[in-house]
Amino acid sequence: MKPHHGLNTHTNLISNENSDHLYNNHLLHRLHDIQQQLHHIPKQSITDLAEELKLPVSQIEAAIDFYAFFHRSARGRFDIMFSNCTSCGDMTMMQYLCDQLSVMPGETRADGAVSISDASCIGMCDQGPALLINGRTITQLSNQRLDLIAEYIQDSTPLEQWPVEWFEVHDNVRKNGLLLSAPFEPGSGLLAAIKQGAESMLASIDDSGLRGRGGAGFSTGMKWKFCREAVGDAHYVVCNADEGEPGTFKDRILLTSHAHSVFEGMTICGYLIGAQKGYLYLRAEYRYMLPVLQAVLTNRQESNLLGTKILAQQDFNFDIEIIIGAGAYICGEESSLIESMEQKRGVPRVRPPFPVTCGYLGQPTVVNNVETLAAAAHIAVHGSDWFNAHGSDKSAGSKILSISGDCLNPGAYEYAFGVSIQQILDDCGAEDVQAIQVSGPSGTLIGPDEFERKLGFEDLATGGSFMIFGKDCDLLKVIQNFAHFFAHESCGFCTPCRVGTTLLRNGLDKICKGCGTQYDVDEMRRMAALVKRRSHCGLGQTAPNPILDALERFPELFNAKLVHSDYEPHFDLDAALEEARQLTKRDDAEAHL
Amino acid sequence: MSNKIRVATTSLAGCFGCHMSFLDIDERIVELIEHIEFDRSPLTDIKHCSNTCDIGLIEGGLCNAENVHVLKEFRENCKIVIAVGACAINGGVPAMRNHFTLTECLEEAYLNGVGVDNPMIPNDVEIPLLLNKVHPIHEVVHVDYYLPGCPPPADAFMKVLTDLLEGKEPSLPKDILHYD
Repeated sequence: MKPHHGLNTHTNLISNENSDHLYNNHLLHRLHDIQQQLHHIPKQSITDLAEELKLPVSQIEAAIDFYAFFHRSARGRFDIMFSNCTSCGDMTMMQYLCDQLSVMPGETRADGAVSISDASCIGMCDQGPALLINGRTITQLSNQRLDLIAEYIQDSTPLEQWPVEWFEVHDNVRKNGLLLSAPFEPGSGLLAAIKQGAESMLASIDDSGLRGRGGAGFSTGMKWKFCREAVGDAHYVVCNADEGEPGTFKDRILLTSHAHSVFEGMTICGYLIGAQKGYLYLRAEYRYMLPVLQAVLTNRQESNLLGTKILAQQDFNFDIEIIIGAGAYICGEESSLIESMEQKRGVPRVRPPFPVTCGYLGQPTVVNNVETLAAAAHIAVHGSDWFNAHGSDKSAGSKILSISGDCLNPGAYEYAFGVSIQQILDDCGAEDVQAIQVSGPSGTLIGPDEFERKLGFEDLATGGSFMIFGKDCDLLKVIQNFAHFFAHESCGFCTPCRVGTTLLRNGLDKICKGCGTQYDVDEMRRMAALVKRRSHCGLGQTAPNPILDALERFPELFNAKLVHSDYEPHFDLDAALEEARQLTKRDDAEAHL
Repeated sequence: MSNKIRVATTSLAGCFGCHMSFLDIDERIVELIEHIEFDRSPLTDIKHCSNTCDIGLIEGGLCNAENVHVLKEFRENCKIVIAVGACAINGGVPAMRNHFTLTECLEEAYLNGVGVDNPMIPNDVEIPLLLNKVHPIHEVVHVDYYLPGCPPPADAFMKVLTDLLEGKEPSLPKDILHYD
């Protein structure tokens, strides 16, 4: 296959503030605006906001503390977040810029000019290393680029005057498949749905075998049917564009270049389940897309594909609003996402009841992945046979993969389900591969003897992330990175996950430092099983996967690092006395351990 | 030597509350003493563990160098080490100082605090040096069992000891673990 560079390129150098009616008065939006203007959320703003939005102060404070992009103490006028993802992050670059600007990671420089910290994957894995500066994305970082960034910051040059090409985000579509190659005429899916009638179209979606593309793979037709049958004052359609799994960026492409099919999928769903309102929950890292998405929505309103009496149907009214998150991986979980939509912390709900009966505002709600909705729009046009002619028995259709890491051509690749891992590696130019993390840290880590396995719900299920690690990669460091990711992203609601992910992280840190023993490995295994079994939601239930997979498939990674003693302390005992030695000016034998 | 089970106990960075609670087994100690013999313990005033201890009950976390030495002595001489109470398991109340640096703590206590006479940070070699943070004991030695509570109730002490005396894995029923 001859790889080609994606033609579509979008710059994200746009004003963040937007009074457009599509950008509503949601708490997260208001907090974002305050954070951008004042570089933190002061107490006064909280009380003012509480009064204005009629929300308790505690709820606003909880939100500020919960979401990574809000701060109570001042961040710099240039607030930089480097991705710490193994694919689109580079912590040595973060340190490099910190040194250039004389600022410590995580702190704000005394003059208030700049603050630099790290953030979970920002979805630029095919064009990293990348960072966010005041919420805007800069990709393809190099030390030269960082030198210039440092200069601009020292000179207080406003972002609007920085080189536009730095803010370019490329689609990097390397392989078109069923969805990415099919042309889509806006309105065609809706027309088909109206012509065919809701019942029959719902049957088509069901017949197509379409399953949720976020990774869990629940039947879309069934979900929509349950929601349609559920009784409520209103029904809602929610598009989950909180693409936070490290290594995933396929929704970025669908939303930038195929937004019509995504919105049409939502509208069709609305038609079928009897909803009048849809929401696109967009991850904050993709805020730069807002103008593009708003333009598409406006265009669809003008074309009578949104709004009232859509396509002259007397009682078909449907509109879509965008809600932008604020940096929380957990909000990709559908019930947390709904909590976040309701202006609360993104803490998962107890399920059942499932959102199809009790979702947004307690009403029946369909929450679907971006790719699922785009696929549904195409199925409406082309029919179920067109779709399930591709893929395998239990995994109909195609899957867009976000391929990153050690390969020649990272980018988006669309395959029919059932493709082998080796085929994918050949296509993206990956040689001497040590391991692949399929479906992100919450997915499966596989080694070379499993490269004949196939993508699909019956074998290797995937939400789209496909991270390749070459033979020179320090795989244990990767696992450590994932453990840190989960400990950071745990919402803190349930103890097994909150405490367990931290203990797993500490255990791995100890082993990576070269102080771990077999006992620590056994403890980690025990803890991993407990976290998996006892956690409240999918985050905790999958958080130990990378560790367990690595222990099973790459035990030598751990063994090579272990100290051969029964037990090693978790910290350096003698160093722990250093502060006291300094204070007492003692250095006698008793002052050492 | 008798063939009784030898039990050593100590309080590191703790308040002796766990020991007091242990003594709340009241008259049951008469029967218990038929089966166990106390080794190093504040109850016996024996200063060091004999090297044939079976069970070491450790109250309190680690706040200074001496705590570390004592803990290591217990680990080396006891077949089974049990972390007793919130401080041994999590650091407990003494670990509240972990929110501050050691310098801040000592300066507040010995230099800047209200009513401090002759301000100076004590540096006599007799005084064990403080660790920069307070740690639970399992961060320094392997711990076999954990007996939670602040303090653990007397019944919990009895249950753990009788289980061990009977050669069983100690296991606490829910009503002993449930505090509200």
